[in-house]
Amino acid sequence: MTRARARARTRGARIVETVMKIVTGAAAASVMLSAFALLGYLLYRGLPSISWSFLTSMPRDGGIFPAIVGTFWLTVGTAVFALPIGIAAAIYLSEYAPRGARTRLIRLSIANMAGVPSIVYGLFGLAVFVMFFGFKISMLSGALTLACLTLPVIITATEEALRQVPQDLRQASLALGATRWRTIYKVVLPAAAPGIVTGSILGLSRAAGETAPVLFTAVFFSAPLPSSPFDKVMALPYHIYIMATQPNRPQPAIVWGSALVLVAGVTVINIVAAAWRSRARRKVTW
Amino acid sequence: MLVSVGMSSDVSGAMDEPLRDRGGRASRTGRARAVEAVVKAAIAGSGWIAIVILTAIAAFLAVNAWPALSSSAAGGWKMLTGSLWYPTASPPEFGFLPYIVSTLRVTGVALAIAVPVGIAAAVFISEFAGRRFKEFSKSVIEFMAAVPSVVYGLMGVYVVGPAIKDLFHLPSALTALSAGVVLSFMALPTIISISEDAMHAVPNDLRMGSLALGNTRWQTAYKVIVPAAGSGIFASVMLGMGRAIGETMVVLMVAGGTMDLTWSLTASARPLTAVIASEMGEVVQGGLHYSALFVIGLTLFVITFAANLAADLVLERQRKRWRR
Repeated sequence: MTRARARARTRGARIVETVMKIVTGAAAASVMLSAFALLGYLLYRGLPSISWSFLTSMPRDGGIFPAIVGTFWLTVGTAVFALPIGIAAAIYLSEYAPRGARTRLIRLSIANMAGVPSIVYGLFGLAVFVMFFGFKISMLSGALTLACLTLPVIITATEEALRQVPQDLRQASLALGATRWRTIYKVVLPAAAPGIVTGSILGLSRAAGETAPVLFTAVFFSAPLPSSPFDKVMALPYHIYIMATQPNRPQPAIVWGSALVLVAGVTVINIVAAAWRSRARRKVTW
Repeated sequence: MLVSVGMSSDVSGAMDEPLRDRGGRASRTGRARAVEAVVKAAIAGSGWIAIVILTAIAAFLAVNAWPALSSSAAGGWKMLTGSLWYPTASPPEFGFLPYIVSTLRVTGVALAIAVPVGIAAAVFISEFAGRRFKEFSKSVIEFMAAVPSVVYGLMGVYVVGPAIKDLFHLPSALTALSAGVVLSFMALPTIISISEDAMHAVPNDLRMGSLALGNTRWQTAYKVIVPAAGSGIFASVMLGMGRAIGETMVVLMVAGGTMDLTWSLTASARPLTAVIASEMGEVVQGGLHYSALFVIGLTLFVITFAANLAADLVLERQRKRWRR
């Protein structure tokens, strides 16, 4: 190859390099920009509706208070069912499970659970909790359904956090005569707590925003404030769906206000959790 | 030695702290052992929860789908190949081919946008971008993934649908095309973050070796990194597809919902998820129509299960490959 041809090739490669850098950069930038456009539009349409009375009054006075309360209790119920089992399952996988086909099968099931469509969880909840166990359409049925959907997220995040605790800590505790469970309870779990909390909040905030799983297990368009777990409830995502799909969409202000409240709630909780984790991480050194 | 003292009640208290009450120590260790056994059983039981739930989902879907599937007039293969859906007529018709085609149209549009854009963005973030942009893009993508689907549906109804209607001079804003475009935004975070992870997992030696041979960064990305991360990228597409197929609220709100059998992208669509969501509220529980909706649910479960299984097996192979 002559030197001139080699130089031409290099120049060609450089041009391609620049072009591709711009093309892929444009793809990345357009994704980022659309996320910001979404956030901006949401603020632009939603902010004017936000007021104290919008958040705290009943629907007949133009507020969304029962929807906020319903979503809050559904999420709390989800946490009550999903956290203990999810964390226990993660402890099993990280601390007890032997390597082998059985553990591999469990991991495969967790990955597959995460991919089951949310409407299928809705059908499952309807068949099992509403009909089979006879809980009717209620907060209890909805929370149990959402707990199934949230489990894989909580298990994965908790296992990740447990794995990051160095092996030395476990061995030191065992060498001091502690049993395996005592080691987990007193040494491993506290060290992994920040990661567990953040991961769980991530999973729960996703549950809070879900509509399809609660569609026929828990929600009702217009319900009073719940007084027991067996009551139907209103929920923010369902409220948004119903208001946005009514013929002629009579009240866009309520729709966008509700959407902003939902997104802001989910985002703020996530940011607080992430900030807390990074602070907790800085404190612990190993 | 010390460990054995702590663990076994036979010798406990025999060699240290002679002033301590022996019985107390022994029972303390005994209790610790009992707690250990109980906790271990509970934890091992919870370990199986994923298998239990997944099996229960399949079982309950199948049991509830059976009456419609086995009904002699309308069930069986006729459901998959028939194009008439008259669940309340007598005799009823349960052909949901139009809804399968609707799902394919909407998912096709979503992937046609999200796959090229997502992989290109992942290449940029992994191979060209500086550390700051990487961190920044990660938080933005996390935000996109955290936005509830009903909010994406809202954007489709108010913004994307009308924009597409004006752009292509369509009679309606609610079409397969607009639903697909909105869905692509929901598949993007999955595709970008998993492909980027896969490219990041390629050992740096390969990158350095390629650059040392005089390749540009793009040549390195195109000829070395993307092929090496191929299985991870494939998995990201599978998972993104699973997400698009299973998404309910967006297609329920944006796709329009007519039941014609058509391949047109600018026509309205009624994907599988939307059929379940819109009809389940009106059916007689336990009836044939109810059961037919479970057949659709079972179909969705099988499709997404296959996509996830493919993604998982491929990811596992990649993990083994780079572990060494």
